[in-house]
Amino acid sequence: MPHDKFHYEFMFGTLRPACLSLLSLLLFFLLSLNSVQGQTDSSQVEISPDNTAVAVTSDGTDEAVVAEGEKLFNTNCRACHAVDKKLIGPALAGVYDRRDLDWIKLFIRNSQAVIASGDEYAIDLFEEYNKTVMTPFNLADSEIESILSFIKFEAENVTSAAQTDAGVASTDTGNQAPSSFLSAVLIGLVVVLALILVVLFLIIGFLTKFLQQRDELDEADRDIVNQKFNLTKLVKSPAFVGIVAFVFGILVLKSVIDGLYQVGIQQGYAPKQPIAFSHKLHAGQFEIDCNYCHTGVRKSKSANIPSANICMNCHGQILTESLEIQKIYAAIENDRPIEWVRVHNLPDLAYFNHEQHVKVGDQECQTCHGQIQEMEVVEQFAPLTMGWCISCHKETKVDTKGNAYYDNLVELHAQHSNEPLKVEDIGGLECAKCHY
Amino acid sequence: MSNSNKKYWKGLEQLTNDPEFVKYADKEFPEYLPINGNKQSSDESVEGSSRRDFLKIMGFSVAAASLAACEAPIRKAIPYLNKPEEIDPGVANYYASTFTQGGDYCSIVVKTREGRPIKIQGNKLSKVTNGGVNAQVEASVLSLYDQERLVTPYANGQKTDWESLDKEIKNALAASKNIRIVSNTILSPSTKKAINEFIAAYPGCKHVVYDPDSAYGMVKANQDTFGMGGLPTYDFSKAEVIVSLAADFLGTWITPITFINQYAKRRKLNKVQKEMSRHFQFESNMSLTGSNADYRIPVKASQQGLIAATLYNKLAGKSGKGTLNTSSVDVPFIDKAVDALWKAKGKSLVVSGSNDPDVQSIVNAINQLLGNYGTTIDLNSQVYHRQGSDPEMSQFIDDVAGGRIDAVIFYNANPVYDHPQGGVLKTELKNIALKISTSDRMDETSVLSDFVAPDHHYLESWNDAQPQKGQLSLCQPGITPLFNTRQAQSSFLTWAGADETNFHKFLQKNWQDSYFPESGAQDFENFWNQSLYDGVVELAESTDTEQGSEENDDIGSNEFTIDLNAISSALKSNYHPESTETELVLYQKVGVGTGSQANNPWLQELPDPVSKAVWDNYFTISQKFARENGLSMVEGKTKIATLSVNGISVSAPVLIQPGQAHGTIGLALGYGRKHVGRVAEGLGTDAFPLVDRSTGTLRYEITKGITFEVTTADHQIAQTQTHETFMGRETVIQETILSKYQQDPAAGQFAPKISTWKGDKDKVAPHTVTLWKHHKEKYVNHHWGMAIDLNSCIGCGTCTVACQAENNVPVVGREEVLNRREMHWLRIDRYYSSSDVDSYASLEQAAENPEVTFQPMLCQHCNNAPCETVCPVAATTHSTEGLNQMAYNRCIGTRYCANNCPYKVRRFNWFKYHDNTRFPENSSMNNSLGRMVLNPDVTVRSRGVMEKCTMCVQKIQAGKLVAKSAGRRPTDSDIDTACAIACPSNAIVFGDMNNPESKIAEVLQIKYQDRHKTVEEPRAYTVLQEINVDPNIFYLRKVRNKDDNNA
Repeated sequence: MPHDKFHYEFMFGTLRPACLSLLSLLLFFLLSLNSVQGQTDSSQVEISPDNTAVAVTSDGTDEAVVAEGEKLFNTNCRACHAVDKKLIGPALAGVYDRRDLDWIKLFIRNSQAVIASGDEYAIDLFEEYNKTVMTPFNLADSEIESILSFIKFEAENVTSAAQTDAGVASTDTGNQAPSSFLSAVLIGLVVVLALILVVLFLIIGFLTKFLQQRDELDEADRDIVNQKFNLTKLVKSPAFVGIVAFVFGILVLKSVIDGLYQVGIQQGYAPKQPIAFSHKLHAGQFEIDCNYCHTGVRKSKSANIPSANICMNCHGQILTESLEIQKIYAAIENDRPIEWVRVHNLPDLAYFNHEQHVKVGDQECQTCHGQIQEMEVVEQFAPLTMGWCISCHKETKVDTKGNAYYDNLVELHAQHSNEPLKVEDIGGLECAKCHY
Repeated sequence: MSNSNKKYWKGLEQLTNDPEFVKYADKEFPEYLPINGNKQSSDESVEGSSRRDFLKIMGFSVAAASLAACEAPIRKAIPYLNKPEEIDPGVANYYASTFTQGGDYCSIVVKTREGRPIKIQGNKLSKVTNGGVNAQVEASVLSLYDQERLVTPYANGQKTDWESLDKEIKNALAASKNIRIVSNTILSPSTKKAINEFIAAYPGCKHVVYDPDSAYGMVKANQDTFGMGGLPTYDFSKAEVIVSLAADFLGTWITPITFINQYAKRRKLNKVQKEMSRHFQFESNMSLTGSNADYRIPVKASQQGLIAATLYNKLAGKSGKGTLNTSSVDVPFIDKAVDALWKAKGKSLVVSGSNDPDVQSIVNAINQLLGNYGTTIDLNSQVYHRQGSDPEMSQFIDDVAGGRIDAVIFYNANPVYDHPQGGVLKTELKNIALKISTSDRMDETSVLSDFVAPDHHYLESWNDAQPQKGQLSLCQPGITPLFNTRQAQSSFLTWAGADETNFHKFLQKNWQDSYFPESGAQDFENFWNQSLYDGVVELAESTDTEQGSEENDDIGSNEFTIDLNAISSALKSNYHPESTETELVLYQKVGVGTGSQANNPWLQELPDPVSKAVWDNYFTISQKFARENGLSMVEGKTKIATLSVNGISVSAPVLIQPGQAHGTIGLALGYGRKHVGRVAEGLGTDAFPLVDRSTGTLRYEITKGITFEVTTADHQIAQTQTHETFMGRETVIQETILSKYQQDPAAGQFAPKISTWKGDKDKVAPHTVTLWKHHKEKYVNHHWGMAIDLNSCIGCGTCTVACQAENNVPVVGREEVLNRREMHWLRIDRYYSSSDVDSYASLEQAAENPEVTFQPMLCQHCNNAPCETVCPVAATTHSTEGLNQMAYNRCIGTRYCANNCPYKVRRFNWFKYHDNTRFPENSSMNNSLGRMVLNPDVTVRSRGVMEKCTMCVQKIQAGKLVAKSAGRRPTDSDIDTACAIACPSNAIVFGDMNNPESKIAEVLQIKYQDRHKTVEEPRAYTVLQEINVDPNIFYLRKVRNKDDNNA
């Protein structure tokens, strides 16, 4: 029965691939659901923590506390700590469970004192993290508490996000994104597709059974009906090869593009300097103010590498025997300036001014230079890419307090926006602010 | 213009609509030019590259790029060993100082970065120059970094050291009897004192002073008529009527920076000031001053004396005084000038550029008749800019030829080149046993000298200057001496065996002795420091001790004596009312001057204000003369001509100059240098040998015995005038005349209306139809704008050089200017205009003596910028401060923006001009010495990107930061553009239009209402209003003080 044969072939020939493509569609949707979910999660955390946050203090939820904590965390802790992973210091998630509040407060205010007191946990911690000294922070109780609130909030969010990542079911209601219309649609689609898949498999099973009971099938038909899943054949099938090749191509392309974007970026660049000057010692341990040596930082475009006479202010008397200090003496005697290796190399086409950022914008050195007071050898902390500049200009609020330059601008800005005045609002993203 | 049938044109080829001009006029980037071979297009590049070449290059670049990407080069950061207290890397320091070059003077402020001068600005505290500068002063900072400077002293052509040089010179001087010091005018009293010490040590020594641009005729006339052998101060700001007999007082005459400032004060019109001066100019060449005159009358040089006499006679007739017995000349407007002068008695000024004492005596007599002494001319306040004596110099050269001189010191003077008898000197110098030059380079004189003891550049020197009675100024170094040079004054003191050879200390001592007691200050240290800080000191009238002994203390007008008969007969023999001879008038270009800074590429590339020619000098001839000789000139393509007089012949290309008096030929001095450096050597023709010295004073007009022959040799003069044309949209220039302005301040306004979709009936103002509605509403913070007063802009080009220095604009050289690739961000468009150009006959008439308008043209920072719309990569965008921004690194060089710019102000980098041996002229970028002049705050642009005026955004940003740092709003004094600072006539005003207290708000009469601004100044207009690009640069309409609106 040619007609039938054609029919079966048609039926099987189309149904199976249909199932396959449905499967792949399903996979695709699941993947994209993941990424969307991830994005909404992170943005949710950063912008509007409107979920229930569990504060450590008994009062329970308070958005303002978390927001305050986030701010404090970003300015004080972020450079060394993350909530969910080890950086320079330990991951802070769960710290409120590991140690009690008083211990935490003591440690934050003066970790060295805690270590010196013989606290075992503190000593272990100090050893574990290569004896990195945590900068003492003179924070109020409430401030520390709000930081902890933030950490707790953040930690729980990350966990629930991870749960969503598992992505088994759309029924995890504990972590609904607030504006998750897209997610909802996607989840709906996944469910529908899964149902269709189930139905299709049922149909296939049913049809196979039905056909097997028929007698008039010839050999060829039977082969088709009873064909087993053949992995080798699948692997060799042009469709599979094509898909694999395509995915491979995409991956290669992406890594090439990523690689190209890394060209000229020297993040982490820590060249050996002619004199082994330690910021950790000077800025960290002895807490010498950055301005003391970098004299231009509040009045010039460049912060200035200190001239040898500044070194001599102290090293005229101190550590005069040190081999490294001898190098400075030699430079002065031979009248040959010290040739430091430049770490931060902005391209010539970009204009950067320290006075604008440090004095007017009131930025900390660490914002761009990292925990310089803990660096034995200075390394480039920030990528110094335009994207990095721009993202900071998009987020940073302008320090307008007590500066008559901004009075009118703040007023005008307030007329049409409830957001605080950010750098981007006063033209901080325009080309000719940095390129001329 | 809506109200006249005036025609504006930039060059003759535009006026005659020459086919070749038309062909190229619409092409800003003429594609017929070879892109590869700019200098020598070898066969290879003509063939073009094959596909394989392309692949090879491609493969190589990919490999090179990936290799380069592997490891970034290690860059060093080298701090001071001992940081000077006042220097902070990244912060500019400003020092008051003084520019002197011979008798040319300017009080300046030097901007230094990390201890190197990078920019010169005017010193506003100076009563002499009032914060003005000119192109030569602006460019002088580049001369500091000239590669051709000597790095060490020389003895007999060999390098030597100072010690052995001093020893040899002292021995040789001791053996010499007749010693001469030859110099140009010396303005510095302390230098003169040092020279006097030298003369005291060597009694056989005399000091000979000459000036390459002599004003001895004036000095002599003043001596004859007033007994005062010097030059008086002029005050053009008090003159209602100015008559200039070929005196280029805005360009090169005596002290143009001062005069420009004074002149411009009387040319500004606003709500309060409704009157302006009226300016008549009788001249042969079209000078910068003449092109600014209300009435410019081309006359032959041979008529000059008689014009002065006629003026005198007519005025004497009115006042009933004795007249001169000379034939009167009939030139247009002379009666008008006489009437105007007579009406403005005591408030007028007659000046003459002639170096003939007789003419100058008559001019003195005219001013005396008009009662101008004491008002516009002050004999009591002498200026010292020209102290040279022509007879003394002639005597010196005769002595040299006669072998009567044993030793000579050329103190920063180069008479072999810039004196008419330089040729004689060149051959006769061998008669002198000891020849010393203090020149900073191996110039024409120092190559013939036995010893060269190179002087510091003025920016490395301590010095003082007294440009005018009672006005002193100090010069302090802006940089440690770059080379092993020594200040010439120290050399004099050393050779004189003085106790104090350090000129800094000598100078201080002199000030302590001479000026400190007069100053009334308590403490010398304070007086000295304050004087250094200010750069200038004004002393009471009586304390003038240093200058010439001939000077009388008080010269009253009653001491005037003149021998009319003697002058009459002299004039009769020297001048002719209707000479038919060809005459030569030598002049100086505003940029190159007498050629002492000829090796400065900024000056060479500065277009001549009138001819707009660069890198060349040429014979300027009249249109009629050209027609008679069958000459034509299109796109600078012309013929070489040869001019012979008194057995000397020179060759130069001819340039047809509208306004050139028929029968006269102009030729610029300062070119044709033989030993100066690679920039200027071999450029143009040396005209100094042509100067006439038959009458005892140097005459720059030669009226007899000239043969002029045009050869068949071709030459192309690089002119910028016809580049970047506006395609016939002539409303770019708007002008009116004074009487109409007084009736209606908006007279001459062009108020275009455009048709809408409704058809031609309902025409509307252009700004009502726009695609961009809300740009301006975003300007909440600042709104930068500029106002350029076409009435007080004299077209001198100072702003062009200032912009070049501030913004690292490359020099492209003659070849590339010919290829229309000049890079100046700010150009000055010079428009000729003439009425009723319809017929061929009237066309020739028009070219005879057109009116001239200057219009500085720079990026207009349009609010609806056409360039921004077409950039495919958003490299040019708009800021919220009204600026049109250009991100070089983003630009991919499509040049769409330039094509779409109606003002043609965008410049494309056809080549990598920096570090490129093919552009040796670009000396500020092609060697490590020259690069010291670059502004570190501005990117040096590379090949393939567009660039243009940024409104000095680096200065805006810096000024804003100063204000933010101090917690206040910026004011005018925080932020100004390089062009506005440099402008000696204050025609350019820049500022924040959002700030009601700013100068620009006042100039443009901006009214503020609910955050909306309206410009209410009736003279203000924007160029090409009809296309509604809405520029932020406003021009104030030109008003001529003429009687009717026809030329």
